[in-house]
Amino acid sequence: MDLQIPGFGKNKLPFRNINRASVTGWPLLLCVLLLPGEIPQNSGNQQTFEAYEEQLQGSAETIPMVPVRGGTFRMGNDQGPAEVSPAHEVVVGDFWMGAYEVTWDQYELFSGKRNNQPNPDRGEEVSLEVDGIASATTPYVDMSHGMGKRGYPVINVTQYAALNFCKWLSAKTGRFYRLPTEAEWEYACRAGSTEPYYFGSDTTRLHEYAWYGGNSENRYHPVGQKTPNSFGLYDMHGNVSEWTMDQFSADTYAGRSGSQTENPWVVPEKLYPRTVRGGSWKDPAEALMSFARLPSDPAWKRIDPQIPKSRWWFTNASHVGFRVIRPRITPSPEEISKYWLEAIDDY
Amino acid sequence: MKKTTNPTRRDFCKNTALLAGGMLALPLDITASAHVLGDDTIKIALVGCGGRGTGAAMQALSTKENVKLVAMADAFQDRLDDCYKILATKFAGSDKLMVKEEDKYVGFEAYKSAIDKADVVLLTTTPGFRPIHFEYAVSQNKHVFMEKPMATDAPGIRRVLAAAEVAKSKKLNVVVGLQRRYQDSYLACLQQIRDGKIGQIVSGQVYWNSAGVWVNERQPGQTEMEYQMRNWYYFNWLCGDHIVEQHIHNIDVANWFIGEYPVHAQGMGGREVRTDKKFGEIFDHHFVEFTYPSGAVIASQCRHQPGCVDNVSESFQGTGGKIYTDSQNKGIISGYDGKILYEHMGENDPNPYQTEHDVLFANIREGKVTNDAEHAAKTTMTAILGRMATYSGQLISFDDALNRGKSLMPETYSWDAMPRVVPDADGHYPVAVPGVTQVLET
Repeated sequence: MDLQIPGFGKNKLPFRNINRASVTGWPLLLCVLLLPGEIPQNSGNQQTFEAYEEQLQGSAETIPMVPVRGGTFRMGNDQGPAEVSPAHEVVVGDFWMGAYEVTWDQYELFSGKRNNQPNPDRGEEVSLEVDGIASATTPYVDMSHGMGKRGYPVINVTQYAALNFCKWLSAKTGRFYRLPTEAEWEYACRAGSTEPYYFGSDTTRLHEYAWYGGNSENRYHPVGQKTPNSFGLYDMHGNVSEWTMDQFSADTYAGRSGSQTENPWVVPEKLYPRTVRGGSWKDPAEALMSFARLPSDPAWKRIDPQIPKSRWWFTNASHVGFRVIRPRITPSPEEISKYWLEAIDDY
Repeated sequence: MKKTTNPTRRDFCKNTALLAGGMLALPLDITASAHVLGDDTIKIALVGCGGRGTGAAMQALSTKENVKLVAMADAFQDRLDDCYKILATKFAGSDKLMVKEEDKYVGFEAYKSAIDKADVVLLTTTPGFRPIHFEYAVSQNKHVFMEKPMATDAPGIRRVLAAAEVAKSKKLNVVVGLQRRYQDSYLACLQQIRDGKIGQIVSGQVYWNSAGVWVNERQPGQTEMEYQMRNWYYFNWLCGDHIVEQHIHNIDVANWFIGEYPVHAQGMGGREVRTDKKFGEIFDHHFVEFTYPSGAVIASQCRHQPGCVDNVSESFQGTGGKIYTDSQNKGIISGYDGKILYEHMGENDPNPYQTEHDVLFANIREGKVTNDAEHAAKTTMTAILGRMATYSGQLISFDDALNRGKSLMPETYSWDAMPRVVPDADGHYPVAVPGVTQVLET
């Protein structure tokens, strides 16, 4: 049994930002990492499957990544509204997921004062030139809506912007990052739970795990302040809703009824609606449930005075951010290229 | 017919019929002279086909009235073509887009032919041209929607003020894109202030602190005029500097809520971060203190520097409480004990960019008049005064700024004409030096 989890041998916590995180999450995370049968195994491309920190070269920022071992789960909920039923069996593969929502500090290394220095430990999962990745435009207004930036999750980003952050991060690090599919997101959020929340169904305890309408005081909060799930993922419920890779359709699940679906992804063809997950600081408790789905809406850009409207920024989506994932098995270059969705002009 | 002023569209049709019958004494307030169709169609011309102009055209065409876009003008063919393409996509299959090929006008003089074709004109070019276009539109009896700011220099403001008077006498509608004045949250807060909720405003802080805007690099073969027109944000004759082009919104809220214009201003500013030659001549920060006749003092900050604290909002302190507003439909009034006295959280309020057009076109149909030109010109002048204060480092009165402010505009307009500000051998433009730069005519 290999106990040499990175950082631990040196008696160092693997997450640099642990001080801002709830310590109660740690025993849970350790359990996941050390359970017999969950021993990291090298995959076909020689990756060990452990938590790590992705450095953002040229800055002090890191993105802590935790392993999410794939498996089979019931996606959706039979008692919920039409768009989340019927519950159906889905299989997802292994991936790492960002322990936190991407912060302004991290995002602005991609937009704003862009830093394109490649990581010295650059991998070979993707062959992208970091200088060639499209850069977000400079927003005219204060996109944080006066709620602060340092340590807070980025908001008001379109799916195109979030994906280009992933692309830039992939180019910079040589490791393939993207947004989660809806299935991956829900699997990661549930962390084995069949209840509406990863901690159960008792909404009186929601404040221990999430920022939502009931406790947010009308603003978002720094990432990682609440209790994470057993994968070590913070703020999956609440704080900001998170982008997925999928087109939203209310009847997606109906089409999957009765069969097992492997790594489903509804590839977007239209700009709207696409799906965000997890609920936000603005929302009631129901919107934070693991299976709850929210379609994107053109109204999220309603006070963008320019036409075409921005590809990069919403003006009215202070509840929408994202986190990254990295598949354990790197897809082929052709497969990877399918994830870099083309921009669609927004009139 | 009882109505004597302010003809509606239908009244107007009757009047034109009379006119055709030989009644030549056309009253001054009979507007929109280009009307020829025998129905209530309102014909629109778009002058300035950039991103904002395209947006304004879409909003105009999205009102409830029977509107048609009939003419377009821009300095650049490609900008006009891109705009038309977008409108054609958006309004495919409708009869709202009725611009004939020969009614697409390009060049510095294009605005005249386009304006001539319409009842209502949308003036959305770079700000430097606004006085010329507005003056012409009013002279031709057109209703106007125009974007802020109204001008980039004091002589331009004087022209706009003069044309505003003419527009008033002709009962023309003039709606200006200071859209906070059409935004529910601001209107609700204004009502609270007028009702005395915070007492008299004694101080305030207005902000547009952000990372900056786009830049267009110089291309081979461009004349200096074309380069400046393409990269217009960084040249004062076209843009006015960001204190005028952008921060005007927040300064306008100060003027509007206080109900006065400043007596004088002093301030500081410079180019600290955005220093490359591609950023022309404008500053990257201004901090101005405006003093009002009532004694109120407003601190105005605008910054274009990435990586700093962003803030686009307005705060005011009154003798009885304080108020915070921002463009996210938010308005909060609180007492000095921290107690919230009033809160407007208009998550789903109407889009003010649409509302301003809804008002304009409904007015025209109903025979009502809104005229924003004078206060928009004076607010623009306030922002120009702020720029004059930071550029010169002097205390400058509003009256001096308005009456003696220097002209920034070129002598002539053509692709070979020379703007007043040109680069040195290295491509750098002269930048104002506080304590040295003169902004007033002597």
